[in-house]
This record gives sequence, structure tokens and C-alpha cells, in this order.
Amino acid sequence: MHSRILVLLLLFTCFMIFPQQNAWAMHIMEGFLPLKWCLFWYALTLPFLVAGILSIQKTVKVDPGVKMLLGLAGAFAFVLSALKLPSVTGSCSHPTGVGLGAILFGPWAMSVLGCIVLLFQAVLLAHGGLTTLGANTFSMAVVGPLAAYVIYRLGERLALPRWLSVFLAAFLGDLLTYVTTSIQLALAFPASHGGVVAAMIKFMGIFAVTQVPLAISEGILTIIVFNFLVAHNRHELEQLRVLSREV
Amino acid sequence: MRTGVKNLLLIFIVLVLAVFPLVMNKNAEFGGADDQAEKIIGELQPDYQPWFKSVWEPPSGEIESLLFALQAALGAGFIGYFIGFYRGWRGNHVKRKQPGELLEERDTGA
Repeated sequence: MHSRILVLLLLFTCFMIFPQQNAWAMHIMEGFLPLKWCLFWYALTLPFLVAGILSIQKTVKVDPGVKMLLGLAGAFAFVLSALKLPSVTGSCSHPTGVGLGAILFGPWAMSVLGCIVLLFQAVLLAHGGLTTLGANTFSMAVVGPLAAYVIYRLGERLALPRWLSVFLAAFLGDLLTYVTTSIQLALAFPASHGGVVAAMIKFMGIFAVTQVPLAISEGILTIIVFNFLVAHNRHELEQLRVLSREV
Repeated sequence: MRTGVKNLLLIFIVLVLAVFPLVMNKNAEFGGADDQAEKIIGELQPDYQPWFKSVWEPPSGEIESLLFALQAALGAGFIGYFIGFYRGWRGNHVKRKQPGELLEERDTGA
């Protein structure tokens, strides 16, 4: 009990001592969403996190060897979201890295891993934020993976070359994450002329356009890792039903 | 094309994508995309004040890049371990299906 109070006190002191400028982040910044929207996105994200935990438990139970792959998916998201890359618009942003995990484990598992990455960045890097964690998890760890999974499956169904399915899944998953961020900001800050749509176009001009070349990079890096898995981890991929047909 | 060559080519494309903006936009600031988002929020709702501050912020740019480098290193470290583990396993023991089997086979084989 005492230790809990101590932690709170410590947090409060940090809160007061450190000079607060706005950190540079590609996710929605701490305090930059009105309270009602923070709560809204938290509420919307929660069921996906529960589904994610259940999905991971189930997958790991089926085959413990899959744990290594799960670690790989998490590590991949960890690296990519630490790489802030320059873009043609003259500003920087970073890829998300969640597409790979979504292809491997389905749409739900990455919600948990993505949330962990975002939490790490919010607490230690002042990148994103705790109040906006719900909204950021929704865009990066729910919408992104869901899009990536659906696109990969669609590509398989249409019998596209597998590298192309993987590329499109990672590329569009990354891009849609930032389209979602733009929509979230536009909903909270509609323009006085033109409302939500006008605001959305403005935000997309920043986030989504900057993101295009980075999303291409993410697609390519995902192909490289995926090719390795096909060569060396075919057994696990078949168990996870990632490879539904022969190449 | 051999896999190694193909991968090198792909990595090369990624590098070009990262370097190209630097060459093309020599005078750009390359700040965070969020910084511009803040400006737009300022235009759309000039009276909006962020109502919550980060619990902790890296005290300087150096500390921040330290933490970012740490994040990347942890992730890359695991990926390297993963690749080495599976490549080594397949290279030496093509026929085995589980990593656990490999030790026994080696013992009895010797």
C-alpha cells in the first residue's frame, strides 16, 4: 500500500519537475484529444484487446513453437516503430510494423502487441500519450492489422503472387493507420468551414501523404522477413494456416 | 534470382526511399509529422489547450535518441537471434522437425 502511494508521488513529482514541451510524435500527442474522445476510443479498443489476449492464448496453446514467431512479430513492430524516417514531404514519421503479425496471427493478436509498443513509447519517450493510448491503439493496433489481414487473405483468394499479397497487406495496413489518425483528429477538431471532412483532408495531407513512402518501405521489409519464414519456418506457417496454397 | 541477391536489392530500395527525400528536399526541416498536426489544430480551434501533459519526458534529445536506439536494438536483437536460430537449425539438421530432437540425434550419431 505504501509503495503504491510512493509510486504515485514519484509520478507526480516527475510531472511537475520536467519541462513540458510537446514531443515529436506521429501518434496523437498527449492531451491533444478532448476527454470524451479519449474515453470513446478507449471503449472502442477494449473489446479488441480482449479478443487479442484470447487469440494469443489459443494460438500458443495449439503449438508452443509458435511463441518464437509471436516474439518475432512483436520485435518487428518494436524496431519499425522506432525508426523515424524522412519522407518526401520534408517531415518525418515511422512505420508501424504490425502488418507482419496480422498476416501470421490474424487480426486480433496484434492489438495486444501494438498496445505494448505504444505504451512503451508513451511512458518512456513522451511519444503518443496515455490519454490518447486508446485512440492510438485503435489506429495502429486495430485498424492497421485488420486491414492487413483482410488484404492478405483477399490476395490469397485471388491467387495473387504471395510477395504481392504480403506487400499490399503491410503497405495498406500502415497507410490506413495514419488515415485513421487523421479521421480521429478531424472528428475531435472539425473545421469551422466544411466541418469534419475539411479537417480530415488537412490532417491527411500531413499524416497520410508523409506516410506513403514509409509504407512502401514497410511493405518491402515485411516481404524480406516473410520470405525467410517461408524458407525456414514452413511448419509453423502451415499450422497457423498462413500458407493456404502452394507457391 | 538467388534469395540473397533479391534481399539485397529489396534493402537497397528501402535505403533509396529513405535517402531520396533528403536529397530532393534539401532545405526541409524533417520535423515530426505531429508538429504540423499541432499547427493545424491551432488553426482549427485556436482556444484548444492540451489538458494533459506527458507523465515523463526524456530530459534531452540525447536521452530520447538513447531510448529510441534501445528500442530498435532490442527488437533487432531478437530478430537476429530468430534468424540465426532457424538458419542454424535447418542448415545442420535438414531432416529434423523439432529443435529438441537435434541433440539426441547428434549424441547417438557420434
